[in-house]
Amino acid sequence: MAETTPLVEARALELELPDMNAPRGFGPRPRVRILHPVSLTLRRGEILGIVGESGSGKTSLGRTLLRLHEPTGGAVLFDGNDITHRSQADLRILRPRMQMIFQDPQSSLNPRRRVAASLSAALDLGAPGLRGPARRAALEEAARAVGLDPALIDRFPHELSGGQRQRVGIARAIVTRPDFVLADEVVSGLDVSTQAQVLALLKRLAAEMGLALAFISHDLSVIRALCDRVCVMRAGRIVEQGPCAALFEAPQTDYTRILLDAIPLPVPDPGWLERGAPAR
Amino acid sequence: MSALLEIDGLSAALKAPPRAPLLRGVSLGVAPGEVHGLVGESGAGKSTIGKAILGILPQAIAVTGGAIRFDGQDLLTLPRARLDRLMGSEIALIPQDPMTALNPARRIGAQLTDGLRLRRGLRGGELRARAVLALEDVQIPDPEAVLRRYPHELSGGMRQRVLIAAAFAMGPRLIIADEPTTALDVTVQKEVLRLIRQMQRRHGTGVIFVTHDLGVVAQICDRMTVLYSGMVVEQGAAAEVLANPAHAYTRALLAASPRHDRPDAGLAPVPPEVIDALRAEVARFGAGRRTGDG
Repeated sequence: MAETTPLVEARALELELPDMNAPRGFGPRPRVRILHPVSLTLRRGEILGIVGESGSGKTSLGRTLLRLHEPTGGAVLFDGNDITHRSQADLRILRPRMQMIFQDPQSSLNPRRRVAASLSAALDLGAPGLRGPARRAALEEAARAVGLDPALIDRFPHELSGGQRQRVGIARAIVTRPDFVLADEVVSGLDVSTQAQVLALLKRLAAEMGLALAFISHDLSVIRALCDRVCVMRAGRIVEQGPCAALFEAPQTDYTRILLDAIPLPVPDPGWLERGAPAR
Repeated sequence: MSALLEIDGLSAALKAPPRAPLLRGVSLGVAPGEVHGLVGESGAGKSTIGKAILGILPQAIAVTGGAIRFDGQDLLTLPRARLDRLMGSEIALIPQDPMTALNPARRIGAQLTDGLRLRRGLRGGELRARAVLALEDVQIPDPEAVLRRYPHELSGGMRQRVLIAAAFAMGPRLIIADEPTTALDVTVQKEVLRLIRQMQRRHGTGVIFVTHDLGVVAQICDRMTVLYSGMVVEQGAAAEVLANPAHAYTRALLAASPRHDRPDAGLAPVPPEVIDALRAEVARFGAGRRTGDG
């Protein structure tokens, strides 16, 4: 059956948040505009890259898609349901189906709990009734799915390497068998070899599980390796979006061209450093 | 042209048993005006080399062999007082994280001029003028105002510019740049790389550039050394090593690096047989050392 309706959709999404940098005075904090109307769709089995520099709103957009922020305008749809203003209690029923992988598994895993306990806490969302050997089997299956030796889930996070910890972060996200996963800068702290492993793993999982994967990154090279489509964000707006092949080979906006040119390729290019330098 | 810096068979290890080796006979040279890239994954020893040159190895690490000759004199045997006089004035550091490297409670001006005040004895108007010049040198607009600011009032890119200004302020002949752009946005990274290249060319400074990014090496380094587990895997002119890598590990690192001009790059990790071969090389090196010493 061909999938026609998107699993996740943002329609003219807007977001304002209190300005934490503003001096504290009387009354409510002034609000800052984080997202100007932003629209995108994400289908099952599709990997969407969201790229931008710090402050572009890429993380806020991702968190709004998961309804960790409540939008101040527009709508978020998940599997055809309007979840724009759902209460957190109502959203809890959907949470097993929408999960997140964090940038730094070191700080997102509880250092005092064994990996199995962290995975188990995530499983409580989706399958609270699962007990005993069946529960253990579900945890080990998640570990195997991310290429982690199931014996390692009895270790503590500090006993694992950075790559293994990031696999645990991914296992925790997929243990509830979600439909939508948001990955926020999940490879930026990793060595290239480990990064390649994690990217290949995400690509395989998205295909095997039919995941809709939103992949946030500041690095267009990483996006190219992994994603089917890409949104380029700047100052709370999507300045360009499209299929990866088209966008990388023929970028339509100056900003995308600047971002692309800013990422050095491992091929010496004598003109690269001076290209795009401000005239002095 | 004789080398400005010559590292000869440098070995280092953890002091605590079992005295795990961190550097295994590393040799490399840096000529004046040359940028030498140190690349490798975490644990390769690239930052350890930088710290050994600067004499700021952590207490837990001991140098177990070799020499670090700067201008012909071995930094490892130099008396502490002479070493201290070199550091900051002849050899300077551009650190990785501009937020933790600056004292949040002191104004930029005070931090920028520490070296000139303490080592050169400059005071008052002269000191101030030199500070303004240093900031102008790194293209910071309105330097007078920036001198009065605190670090948190500046953007990450501006803070990194301040640190570059501080490193170049005393006219050093060698700079250790330890992943100076890792924490920056890509467009800011490019500006900072351009600035470091311009400054080092203008002043003829030799630079050791520590990075894990082969793209950065390709664009800024003249020569490069690939490290694995404290051992030199490959060394040569950066353009040559990147175009015709001789070692399987260098080739694997290149294959593992994603590239925005190629859809299929960046998904192949370093193959296990390459790692196994490297570990065997590391083990052979250890055995060779033991017989050599015995």
